[in-house]
Amino acid sequence: MTKLQNAIVGGVRAVIGHVPASWLPGGTPDPLIDKRVALGGQQTRIDGPDKVRGAARFAAEVPMKNLLYASFVHSAIARGRIADLDVSAAEAAPGVALVMTHHNAPKMAVPPPIGMTNLKAAGNHTLPIMQDAKIRWNGQVVAVVLAETREQADHAATLIRVGYEAVQARTQFEEGKASAYTPDSMLVEKNRLDKGNAGQKLAEAAFKIDAVYTTPWENHNPIEPHASTIVWQDGKLIVHDATQMIHGTAGSLAKIFGLKVGDVQVSSPYVGGGFGAKGLWDHQILGVAAAKLADRPVRVALSRASMHRLIGGRTQTEQRVALAADADGTLKALLHHGYGVKPLHSICDEGFSLTGRSLYACESFDIVQHYVDLDLLANSFMRGPGETPGTFAIECAMDELAHAIGMDPIELRRRNVATRDPVSGAPHSQSAMMEAYDLGAARFGWHRRMAQPGMRREGEWLIGMGCASGTFPFMRMPGTSVRVTIDNSGDVHVASAAHEMGMGTATVQRQHAADRLGLPLDRVTVTIGDSSLPFASFAGGSSQTASLAAAISAASGKLVAELLRLAGNDTPLAGLKPAEVEFADGGLRGVEDPARNESFASILRRSGRAELSVVGESGAPLEIIKYSMHSTSANFCELRVSEVTGEIRVNRLVGAFDCGRILNARTATSQFKGGMIMGLGMALTEETLLDERSGRIMSTSLADYHVPVHLDVPDIDILWTDIPDPRTPLGARGIGEIGTTGVAAAIANAVFNATGKRVRDLPLTLDKLL
Amino acid sequence: MTICVNGTEVSPPADARVSLLDLLREHLHLTGTKKGCDQGACGACTVLMDGDRVLSCLTLAAQAEGRDVRTVEGLPGGSDDLHPLQRAFVEHDGLQCGYCTPGQICSAIAMAEELRRGDPSYVTHDLTAGTLVATRAEIRERMSGNLCRCGAHNGIIDAIETMLAETGA
Repeated sequence: MTKLQNAIVGGVRAVIGHVPASWLPGGTPDPLIDKRVALGGQQTRIDGPDKVRGAARFAAEVPMKNLLYASFVHSAIARGRIADLDVSAAEAAPGVALVMTHHNAPKMAVPPPIGMTNLKAAGNHTLPIMQDAKIRWNGQVVAVVLAETREQADHAATLIRVGYEAVQARTQFEEGKASAYTPDSMLVEKNRLDKGNAGQKLAEAAFKIDAVYTTPWENHNPIEPHASTIVWQDGKLIVHDATQMIHGTAGSLAKIFGLKVGDVQVSSPYVGGGFGAKGLWDHQILGVAAAKLADRPVRVALSRASMHRLIGGRTQTEQRVALAADADGTLKALLHHGYGVKPLHSICDEGFSLTGRSLYACESFDIVQHYVDLDLLANSFMRGPGETPGTFAIECAMDELAHAIGMDPIELRRRNVATRDPVSGAPHSQSAMMEAYDLGAARFGWHRRMAQPGMRREGEWLIGMGCASGTFPFMRMPGTSVRVTIDNSGDVHVASAAHEMGMGTATVQRQHAADRLGLPLDRVTVTIGDSSLPFASFAGGSSQTASLAAAISAASGKLVAELLRLAGNDTPLAGLKPAEVEFADGGLRGVEDPARNESFASILRRSGRAELSVVGESGAPLEIIKYSMHSTSANFCELRVSEVTGEIRVNRLVGAFDCGRILNARTATSQFKGGMIMGLGMALTEETLLDERSGRIMSTSLADYHVPVHLDVPDIDILWTDIPDPRTPLGARGIGEIGTTGVAAAIANAVFNATGKRVRDLPLTLDKLL
Repeated sequence: MTICVNGTEVSPPADARVSLLDLLREHLHLTGTKKGCDQGACGACTVLMDGDRVLSCLTLAAQAEGRDVRTVEGLPGGSDDLHPLQRAFVEHDGLQCGYCTPGQICSAIAMAEELRRGDPSYVTHDLTAGTLVATRAEIRERMSGNLCRCGAHNGIIDAIETMLAETGA
């Protein structure tokens, strides 16, 4: 990201800052903030019965005649070139239809990078794929085998002999720091923030802490491995994919293979977990290429090891945080510097340094982050990118500062909570972090915490309590569209190329459409998950719900105009303007005179229409430029640490969230819990192990990469403020990612409270506590 | 010998390398059983073999000859065609993406039987008691071979407790 981007964003912000709020999206609060029937309820997932039956069909399960199975051979070196390649034994093996290497792979363009400038691009890196003999990371695919069965493909792949000419690879983080680069911008912000002479304030402060926090490389590890079932049909490409970027994948594949966008169809109605990982990576591209060469359908279903070699994760980070405060706890300076890995070919930022810019009012800031360029697989976004590692550092530092001052950690936050954007001065759209703290503290029983560490003991176990803030910005994506169709029985059908990977997308938007259009739930259907449907942006940045909500809202406005036009003069509605009617009882009625009404079915019947269809679109998210829009949370943890083994067992977690209005209490609770459980894994067990000598990932299985299991997960209490955000559709902000933020800090802070040991290096494994 | 899958006799595959999981998914198109890791580490492929839970990815199809295999598609349903545990999963939101769900459900059904039998676990305090109390800790320990990444753990345990209460275990 460039200086030019900084200049453009700065210019737009200056202009929007002067535009009256009423002109912007959300200028008039959404009436559905309060007028709720289905919204806010407890509807069970509409796809729940199919999922518990095993009837929901995932990408690797699409039946296909004449199918070939793919198996990959991965590079065993990090940098160099393929010197010899012997595929003869593999080609001669039973059932083998094709061996594809750089010698015979079709010409493919580099993937167009994911970003805000092209919403139909999804590339996580910009490297050529199987176009030359070069090796760019350890694990890159060097050969693809297609065979009649999976067993045959996997066996044949073992017969391929690859000789390498290796050159010195850069695979060591410590060494790479010396030549780290400093990007100009971090997502849409300037990377470097230097405000109010932080250096001097740090030197002069009554209390300060200055420490380095590290978080490891982490991987998403959804339980469904990445998979695609691919078929070329009459020059057109159909990909049944596991993706959270349907249109991005379709658009990218079109570009890579020189096709018209309309000639690529990507279908992905169910995704078995994504968390940022289910984007466009080499496996789909290679599968499409191999299917083209073999002229047969291909199924790519990555092994768990191939996932680790081909699907990027969250970079390791090293973060220095220095905080300075007065004796009364007022923050005087916040310094946040650090390093992550981001190869030059990698697209996704891990903006951990953004965290400290929004949470607390502070007199001065000194913030910048650097990237180490290594010969490794590209990064990807992983649940709560930036804020997840960022809150670990900032929120542990806040706990350390509170301890140094001798102040309750919640009180320290109360004294510094931001009342407007601490950097830009922009007003919050809505923000109530301390209400979340109050809710959470009461439920958790924070008053029982002893300030002095190491004071509670039960046998060999030391008991501790900790808290930490979480935060994640609001995002609404432009361009996300829905088609809303009213059929001749007056039922409503919503369609969009949106994504379902466990969030309850269709369940919640059905509630929304029902309330928006004044219908009971059973008269609304929602269809998602295919690129033949109206454009939807990715399921990322916790943006999908707000984006779809804006699109449905826009469509409802068009429907009013169309329905009134169709209704004509022979209707009780005659003469009413769009602003004078509202949706109710499956039709329109006068706001002032509800007796003037007509149902959708009646309007369509009289006008001789079988159906009425409109497309609504989420417009430019100008509200995020005028307002500071962030969700916040208060995380609480009680745990025990064995003095004998150093083992940590989390007894309970409480998460209190300020995310605007909650749309479905049941699915929202699940999503918050899920985020917190990923934070629990980050805190205690998750770490992708890299052999820094060879650049090879060692922990390529679920036996080596430890995600939380049932016995690790305690009962979790979820609460929310439910205060509407007047600037967002439905008064809601995204909830998919914030759950993960702040959890690791709350756990590390509880470990300190239990033991007096301050571990600043994740994960908090036993050895670090002995 | 044949393999009985959900009440239907099927022939074992010609290729001895085929796992029970791949037999189900690729040959019989019973894709309700999921492949998460193919290494026995995630539990998504759990099916019932003669009533016991097994990881079908670590079971060769040939090993299932003469055995009775039941998958999520073959669970006995009630009036709405759902097993009481499946219904409880929906009610308690014991799922998000739904990919680990069939394995969790099959695993829990066999686990209930293990509890009834009095098989002790790592968290069982009194190994001589003879009967077991199905505490949340017992259920959690016994279900720890079934990974969930969306974080539906609380709902899964709630659903299993509901089933155990309904069936009087």
